Amino acid sequence: MAEIGLKGRSLARLGLPKRIEWGAVLLSLPAFVMVLALFVYPFVFGFDLSLRSGAKGEGDWTLNNYQQFFNDPRQMDTIWTTFQVALPVTLFSVAVSVPLAYFMRRGIRFERLITAILILPITLGTVMVAQAMLSYFGPRGWFNQLLQGMGLIQDPVRLTRNWIGVEIALFIHGFPFVFLMILGYMSGINPDLERASRMLGASRWQTFWRVIFPLSLPGIAIAFCLNFVANFGVFPSATLVGNPSAETRVLSIAAFQAAFEQNNRPQGTSIALIMGAIELLVIVLILWMRGRLARGATMGGGKGA
Amino acid sequence: MERIEKLELRGVTRRFGVTTALHSFDLEIAGGMFVSLLGPSGCGKSTALNCLAGLLDLSEGEIVLNGRPIQDVPAEKRGFGMVFQNYALFPHLSVTRNVSYGLELRGVPKPERERRIRRALEMVKLEEFGKRFPAQLSGGQQQRLAFARTIVLEPGLLLLDEPLSNLDTKLRNEMRIEIKHLHEQLNLTTVYVTHDQSEAMSMSDLVVVMRLGRIEQVGTPQEIYNRPKSLYVADFMGYSNRLPVSLVAQEGQEWVVETISGTQLRASSTLQESTDWQPGQRVLACFRPDEALADPLPAVNHLQGQVQLVEYMGKTFEGLVRLQGDDGIQLLVHSQHPLENDAPVEFGIRPDRLLLFPLATSDNNPVKPHLEPALKGQR
Repeated sequence: MAEIGLKGRSLARLGLPKRIEWGAVLLSLPAFVMVLALFVYPFVFGFDLSLRSGAKGEGDWTLNNYQQFFNDPRQMDTIWTTFQVALPVTLFSVAVSVPLAYFMRRGIRFERLITAILILPITLGTVMVAQAMLSYFGPRGWFNQLLQGMGLIQDPVRLTRNWIGVEIALFIHGFPFVFLMILGYMSGINPDLERASRMLGASRWQTFWRVIFPLSLPGIAIAFCLNFVANFGVFPSATLVGNPSAETRVLSIAAFQAAFEQNNRPQGTSIALIMGAIELLVIVLILWMRGRLARGATMGGGKGA
Repeated sequence: MERIEKLELRGVTRRFGVTTALHSFDLEIAGGMFVSLLGPSGCGKSTALNCLAGLLDLSEGEIVLNGRPIQDVPAEKRGFGMVFQNYALFPHLSVTRNVSYGLELRGVPKPERERRIRRALEMVKLEEFGKRFPAQLSGGQQQRLAFARTIVLEPGLLLLDEPLSNLDTKLRNEMRIEIKHLHEQLNLTTVYVTHDQSEAMSMSDLVVVMRLGRIEQVGTPQEIYNRPKSLYVADFMGYSNRLPVSLVAQEGQEWVVETISGTQLRASSTLQESTDWQPGQRVLACFRPDEALADPLPAVNHLQGQVQLVEYMGKTFEGLVRLQGDDGIQLLVHSQHPLENDAPVEFGIRPDRLLLFPLATSDNNPVKPHLEPALKGQR
């Protein structure tokens, strides 16, 4: 009996409940199995595969696949290319979203309509948007015709099948997510904080930089991370509206080519895992920076706030 | 900041769409005064405060500070301070930085800033909590920090929006004394919004009772308490006992009235219009439970009844008494000695504390004449 009591106490110290609720365990079992089958197993399987030799992964464990990637300048370049594709559009989406969300945080007229227009491209899917972009932003598309008609340009601007095309496509897909997330975060800030700031003598601009922005930072950081990861793993847009053999040959294309064109699954898997590791590094970096910048910001404002 | 000699609100009106939250609000505040805006939620007291602060634009009217209209000056340039109901402390800034906020914006040099922060924190007894964040403070400490943050700027006018309503009773009473103390120490002109009549009574030089966006009565706490000008104000001041009577005759300052069962009482009226009243007219006699005494029994104005329920109130006993032969009207009565259930009881009200009001009409009084007041516990 004494032993059981001791065990219970040490469990409690770990923050675990003293008694195991078997009903709750049973209820969470399906979710646990799902996570195991859909997430943990493929990851472990992939990690194992990336460490195998032979085109089908039938050989022994080896670091060859990773070494090949890091020794091949053409493959190494894809990392830089992917950053060039993913980072600018993520920064741009966040930079546009923050002031817009600040402006719309208390609700504006036609807010539902604007939100609906923003969400529409997401529901259409990547391929549909890419197809539309090819004709709309193409050399003979309406956009170029409009600019030429207005006499702003002589020759059509190239907005598709290159880097800028991918940026536009990623912006159309990513911006609504970023904007809505930051808007949700900002409109959750107690409006009395702004009033208090004004009563202490702050202008709108000072209130934004001293109160609203720091308090929104956690939300902005999360929106940035999610959008960056989505953009870093871009595949369809980079292929359809980009230039997949050169300036938009991102990591996912390299992985695809290794796995399905050269039929080397272990090589493709190792590239995919390198991509995942870089994403993880960026997330850790962003969250670390957020922690440094906004100490206390995530703490509640006490009873009233 | 500019010291207030005189602050006037002239016809200040604020509309939200089709509803008018504040109708032609007129008030004159002398420097150093403690003014309370008192009323239930939705009476326009917070609207008036926000208009004064500059956080709400006026639909009509003007605010004149020392003879200069300021209604178009934005809130951040008025130099007024405000303490919010939920304190609105900056959660991402430490206690020191919260107090420092306004000083930094004003470009106060660092040595002076540190000196003033220290003094302000000492004044609210938070000098040892400078490095903490608001979330790490108790409710009372957060409240005091909200004060420190505002008074460190030495505002011309201090606006308080129900600052005590989130605190428990004991803390509320302590803070009430501290606010009054700070007010006297700093001689700050203060406008205090509350729905709690005891807060307004105990702290103010001037009380403004509001109702449906209009001023119902302005006066000193004593005036409001002893001479309420309407049934509404009387109700707010705790005149919860109501007895329908008819007028018999006027004798000097007092009226002789008769209850339904025929008991004659002497009563007084605080109303201008009472000069037009005619004998025979039916009116409502109102009095506070703690002024309807069974023990000690006043000399005149006696009523008989039967005790229905008794509650111990600490210093006195409060009993619910059913009047004899008056349609079973029930009134609350106080007594120094224990009242016995079902026992007959005699009690009385001093004539100057029995106030007459016209019967409620829907036009001028939405307050229902609830003829059976509940005991404290049931209220």
